[in-house]
Amino acid sequence: MRDGSVVYLDGVSKVYPTAAGEIFAARNVTIDVQPGEFYSLLGSSGSGKTTTLRLIGGFEIPEYGSVWIGGEEVTEQPPYQRDVHTVFQSYALFPHLTVAENIAYPLRIAKTARAEIAGRVEESLRMFQLGGMGDRRPSQLSGGQQQRVALARALISRPKVLLLDEPLSALDAKIREEVRQELRDLQKQTNLTFIYVTHDQEEALALSDRIAVMHNGQVQQIGTPKQIYDRPGSLFVAQFIGKANFLKGTVLETIGETAAVEVSGMKIWAAVTGRSPSIGNAVTLMIRPERVRLGETAKTAKADNQLSGKVASVTYVGQLIELKVETPIGSLTVTQLSSTADFSLEQSLSWNVNDCILLPD
Amino acid sequence: MLVPQKTLLKSHILSHYRFPMPLYLAKNRYAQRPWLLAIWTILVYAFLYLPIATLIFISFNDSAILSLPFKGFTFNWYEMTWGDRSLRLSLWNSLQVAAMATILATGFGLLAAFAIYRYQFWGKNSFRIALNLPILLPGVVTGVAMLAYFSSLGLELSLWTVILGHAIFGLPVALGPILTRLTQFPHSLEEAAYDLGAKPGQVFRGVIFPYIRSAIVSGSLLAFTLSFDEVIVTIFLTGRDNTLPMEIWGRLRTDITPEIAAVATLVLLASTGVVLLSQWVGGMRDEG
Repeated sequence: MRDGSVVYLDGVSKVYPTAAGEIFAARNVTIDVQPGEFYSLLGSSGSGKTTTLRLIGGFEIPEYGSVWIGGEEVTEQPPYQRDVHTVFQSYALFPHLTVAENIAYPLRIAKTARAEIAGRVEESLRMFQLGGMGDRRPSQLSGGQQQRVALARALISRPKVLLLDEPLSALDAKIREEVRQELRDLQKQTNLTFIYVTHDQEEALALSDRIAVMHNGQVQQIGTPKQIYDRPGSLFVAQFIGKANFLKGTVLETIGETAAVEVSGMKIWAAVTGRSPSIGNAVTLMIRPERVRLGETAKTAKADNQLSGKVASVTYVGQLIELKVETPIGSLTVTQLSSTADFSLEQSLSWNVNDCILLPD
Repeated sequence: MLVPQKTLLKSHILSHYRFPMPLYLAKNRYAQRPWLLAIWTILVYAFLYLPIATLIFISFNDSAILSLPFKGFTFNWYEMTWGDRSLRLSLWNSLQVAAMATILATGFGLLAAFAIYRYQFWGKNSFRIALNLPILLPGVVTGVAMLAYFSSLGLELSLWTVILGHAIFGLPVALGPILTRLTQFPHSLEEAAYDLGAKPGQVFRGVIFPYIRSAIVSGSLLAFTLSFDEVIVTIFLTGRDNTLPMEIWGRLRTDITPEIAAVATLVLLASTGVVLLSQWVGGMRDEG
C-alpha cells in the first residue's frame, strides 16, 4: 500500500486464456491515484484502459497483483462492497424506474431513511439541473440529461472514487465540450477522485491532473498533460498524443541532459528525457510543429538548433497556418498563428534544445 | 390466435398465386377485384371457426341431442352444467392441476432460462434441446414414458402424477418467452446495480425481475392454458380423479347432450380470455 493514495494498483494483470494462448488484457499495471485527483486512463480500443477501470470497480478479478482502495486491499471484493461508483458508457439507467428512483437507488439499497432519501434526491436533482424531471422515465430524457442522471446516481451516496467509462462518447459533438467543462467543475466542487477512461487525447489533456497512457494492456507513461505532451517518454506516446515531426539519427555525444544527434549529416541537439543513450545508438527525435520558430525571430533567438529551409506548401486551417518546409534534414511540418505568420519562401528555422526530444528506439 | 392465421393467408397468396402469373395480371388481381380477396378470406375463416360457432350455437339450442336444427333458445344446458356435481369437481381438479403445473413449469423454466443465459457449460445445446423435447414429442410418447417411469418408481397415479406430466411439457412453454426476454437484458444494468451496492438477491429482485416480469406472466399463462385442456398425457397419468377435458371426453362416449356444448363454450371463453391476457401482457410496452 502506497501512503496517501486513494486507489492503488500494484502490478495488476488480467489474463484471458484463448485457444492461441494467454492474452493479457492488462499487464503489470501499476498506478496510484491521489485523493481529489482527476486521473485519466488514455488509450485506443484494446489498450487495456477499460479493463483497468473494471479491475478497480470489481467487475474483473486480476490474476496477478493487488488492488487497493482507501488503504484497504479489495482485490477479490465484489463491486457492491467497494466504495467506488461507475458512470457507464451506456449510462445503464434502470428503465423501469423514474429519474428520481434511479438516483435514489444506492440510498435505498443502503436502507437510508425515507425522509433523508427524499431530501437528498431533491437536492441532487437541483444540483444536476434535473428539476421537475424526477417523475420521468430515463427514455423520455435527452442524452445529456441521461448522463446527468447517471452522474447524480453515482454520486448520491458520496463514494470515495468515481469511475467514468467514456462518459462523453454517446453525446453529440456540440454538447460534448459543454459537458466536459461541467465534469471538470463538478470534480473541483466535490473534490472527489475521478478516474476517467477515454480514447480522446484532447479530452484527457483538457480535463486531467494526471494521465496514464496505455497501449497493449500496459502503461506507457504517467504524467501531467504537459509532461505527456512536451516530454513523451516513448515513440508510442509521442505519436499517440498530438502532431509531431520525427527525425531518425544516431547519437554522437551526450552532455548531461542533452545529446548531440547526427541527422542527415547535421548535428542536432536534443533533450534526453529517459535513460542516457549510448554513443552510436539509433534514436528518433521529436519536434512539435508549433515549437519550431520561423523567420527573423528564429535568427535573433538564442536557439540551440538553427537551419534554413524552403517552404513547399502552405495550408490555412483557420487560427493556424500549417507549412511544409524542406530542410537539409528532411521535410518539417511547422504551424504558426495565422495572425502573425511570415510568408517568405526562404525561411530560417530554429528551436530550443528542450523542445527537441530524444526518444530511444 | 388470429394473427398467425392472417399472416399464413397472406404468404399463401403471395407464394402460390402471385409468381406463376404474368406480372401485369398479378399486380392488379386483387386491386381490381377486391371482392375476390374478401370471399377467399371469408372461406378460410369459415373453415377455421364455423365448427366452434356451431358448438356455441348448439349450447343454446332447446333440443335434447347434440345437433341442429335450432329448435329454440334456452339457458337450460348452462343451468344443468352449473348443477352438475361431477363436472364442477372435474373443473376444480383441472384448475388445481393447471395451477400447480404452471407454478412448477414457470419456476423450473425460470431457473433453466437463467442457467442458459448466465453460464457456459458442457452439453449446453443438448440441455436446451432436451428441455424442449416434451413439446416436440407426440403426447402419446411422453404419456407412455412417464407412465412406465412412475410405475417403476412405485408412484400411485393421482392428480400429482398429472401435475408432474403437465409441468414437464409446460416447462419449455414457459422457458421460451423468459429466455428470449432475458437475452435482451442489457448486462450493464446488472453491473450498475452491483456497482451501486446491490447484492445478488437485490439485483435480481430490483433490476432483472422487473425486466422479465411480462415474459414470466405471459409464459405462465400459456403453460396454464395448455395444461387446462390437455387430454393425451392426462389419459396415461390420471388416477381416479378426472380433469375437465377428461370428463368431457368420457361423457361424449356415453351420452351426448348439449350440456357438453355448454361446458365447451365456457372453457373456450375462459381460455380465449387467458390467451388474450397473455398476448396483452407479452405485448405490453416493455420497460426497456
